[in-house]
Amino acid sequence: MKTKAQNEVLMEFPSRSSNEGFARAAVACFAAQMDPTMNELEDIKTAVSEAVTNAIVHAYPDAIGKVMVKARICPGNVLEVTVKDHGCGIPDVDKAREPMFTTGGEERSGMGFTIMESFMDRLQVRSVPGRGTSVTMKKKLAPRANAGR
Amino acid sequence: MEMQMKCADRNLLLEFSGELDHHGARNALWEVEQAIDAALPKKLVLDLGGVTFMDSSGIALILRAQQRMQLLDGGLLVCNVPPQAKRVLDAAGIGRLVTIR
Repeated sequence: MKTKAQNEVLMEFPSRSSNEGFARAAVACFAAQMDPTMNELEDIKTAVSEAVTNAIVHAYPDAIGKVMVKARICPGNVLEVTVKDHGCGIPDVDKAREPMFTTGGEERSGMGFTIMESFMDRLQVRSVPGRGTSVTMKKKLAPRANAGR
Repeated sequence: MEMQMKCADRNLLLEFSGELDHHGARNALWEVEQAIDAALPKKLVLDLGGVTFMDSSGIALILRAQQRMQLLDGGLLVCNVPPQAKRVLDAAGIGRLVTIR
């Protein structure tokens, strides 16, 4: 069931690698209102960077397509980030999530999903070959003294 | 992403600064290979002291440099790793494959 967000933002941009830095900075900016620690903010940026890079490198290998990033603040101080594309999809999601597995050649390490899993609390990957991929990540931020103002 | 190169006595030092993501690492990967092929070093040091952000693209770069140095029978050291980049390397278990100081 989908929880009601307290605030949310939706971005859409073409799958150009120059947008990787923009996407992670924009999500970090949005998450700043949750009063995160520096470490939490860096974790979020790193996970977003991995998901957006996957969409740019793998979803649209030979073309420029659209990448959607949605960030939501959910009850319980939980940040939810969804990165979605309408690209080629992943034939075997379990295989893709294995450490060191990559179809990206020497440019890629195959550690993207491993890092998303390690830096966020929950990771859900849905993909339909030929239709696209949706990656949803959740992270609960530590409650802070001045949270909820 | 910028890379400074210093070479003396077949020791090659590559100093990185800026954001080491997929966008930044694309050229860096090629530049590192060029630098290694030109210097044929016995020891390669990758200094990440100036890196403000790194994701798994940095891991690919380090592993590529490691492979290249193994072909040359040389050593690789990664040093001055900032905390965010260190967490990325730790999450991927790269410390088991590469010497990090």
